[in-house]
Amino acid sequence: MSFQDILFYIFSAILVVSALGVITVRNPVNSALLLVLAFVTCAGLWLLLEAEFLAIALVLVYVGAVMVLFLFVVMMLDINLDRLREGFWKWFPFGAVVALIMVAEMSMVLMGKYFGLEEMPVPRSQDADYSNTRELGRLIYTEYVYAFELAAVLLLVAMVAAIALTLRHREDKKSPNPSKQVKVRKEDRLRIVTMPAEKRE
Amino acid sequence: MENIQQYFVEIFGAEWGAMLFSLASNMTFIFAIVIPLLLGVAYLTFAERKIIAYMQIRVGPNRVTFFGIPWLRGWGQPIADAVKAIMKEIVIPTGANKLLFVLAPVLTIMPALAAWAVIPFSPELVLADINAGLLYILAMTSMGIYGIIIAGWASNSKYAFLGAMRSAAQVVSYELAMGFALVCVLMMSQSLNLGDIVNGQQGSSFLNWYLIPLFPMFLVYLISGVAETNRAPFDVAEGESEIVAGFHVDYSGMAFTVFFLAEYSNMILVATLTSIMFLGGWLPPVDMAPFTLIPGIVWLLLKIAFILFFFLWFRATFPRYRYDQIMRLGWKIFIPITLVWIVLLGSIMQLPESIRNTFPLNIWF
Repeated sequence: MSFQDILFYIFSAILVVSALGVITVRNPVNSALLLVLAFVTCAGLWLLLEAEFLAIALVLVYVGAVMVLFLFVVMMLDINLDRLREGFWKWFPFGAVVALIMVAEMSMVLMGKYFGLEEMPVPRSQDADYSNTRELGRLIYTEYVYAFELAAVLLLVAMVAAIALTLRHREDKKSPNPSKQVKVRKEDRLRIVTMPAEKRE
Repeated sequence: MENIQQYFVEIFGAEWGAMLFSLASNMTFIFAIVIPLLLGVAYLTFAERKIIAYMQIRVGPNRVTFFGIPWLRGWGQPIADAVKAIMKEIVIPTGANKLLFVLAPVLTIMPALAAWAVIPFSPELVLADINAGLLYILAMTSMGIYGIIIAGWASNSKYAFLGAMRSAAQVVSYELAMGFALVCVLMMSQSLNLGDIVNGQQGSSFLNWYLIPLFPMFLVYLISGVAETNRAPFDVAEGESEIVAGFHVDYSGMAFTVFFLAEYSNMILVATLTSIMFLGGWLPPVDMAPFTLIPGIVWLLLKIAFILFFFLWFRATFPRYRYDQIMRLGWKIFIPITLVWIVLLGSIMQLPESIRNTFPLNIWF
């Protein structure tokens, strides 16, 4: 067993345990932190596959931004655990059906004729100065440019929609207007009065 | 070096020997980076106290010395502070989440030190010369926020929690502006490797540094760096006049010191990145005889010290920003500026060669 195999098994063990922890731990903050751990170990696995751009992008986007905001929200909410667990058995059959469908779909894809060790050869290892990022950039801006732009437009629409749904103008809101504050001149606000000095009685 | 490798191979066999040798040599390199860094942090605190003291017409620390040598007065202060911090008790508050409370300082210092792996100190001197160096730096610095959030939450204290919330929102906002400023740098250098970025600035003098064509980005990066490290005037996360000391109110002794170390090593990291990406890293200001005789690492250290001086200067000069003003600066000023600059740079890059060469002062390409 080589060094990389050992690393692979360590990462996989941590990934599986932390992913199980995400759905079994009682405290939602701990569960979110375990999800972060799962992402980081997943990035480690991708690094072993020489997909350094994907690994770093996973850490940058999911760990560095998405999960921070997630944790932010989870910490601020006052979550009542008893109420969350109330309808577990009521909804269990529904959840089980969804899980079964997902397992079936995944096995159909992964065990079908397109994937598997016979159909998909091991990718040849690249030399040291091969830049993953450059290759990926070249592909998404040439071959897959329409798909890429479409995804970008979708994200933009979702972003605009999210802002439009949550933005509300309150009538009683009071906030300073910095550009007005900057434009203020001394002459408009301040009047200097000169008075002759008066003698004390 | 090769003798040692041979020795390892003889003991552990061909595959494991080479593996263990690279492990051992990397560990040595890591220690060679981290120990001077921690010393640098210690003396940065001393420099900060002295410089701010002189700016405010005070004297600053001038008592602790080494072995009673009079002209070293004050120089023992950081060592004395470290010893004091180690001796103090770490109090874990009742009601705190013990595991996370202890884990938080560790999570803060880990990315602050890990980011140093890809920093090139001179053309040959770099621990990990990876192609995605800039991305790695961005990923590591974005992980530093976890320690702060977890510290604020695990302390089970309202002040700590408020500090953590402020800090999280601030860091996430300024990360965008910082990332966009770095996008401009990588568009200029056409590489994510930090060594290549420095080599891209090579030329006859400092006019070739990215400071000149990307001057607005330099300012955005420097100011965002100050905000990102929660330093004054953006230190609302600590805000001692409002929320005591922010996210680390409940920390004491060494646990607090680890936060302190992380903050200062992040400062040094931002200063290093600024000097690598905008001030030409190890390159001398003018490529001529007296300047080129000085080794590159000295130039890099001088540039880092220069940027760090700005950090201290800001702290002594500016009053603390109000929270909504910080958010306004980040979202409404910096991000639009960087976006406009990216589009401008991209359009200049796309111009045909003949038109680009007719520019009277072509500082970009």
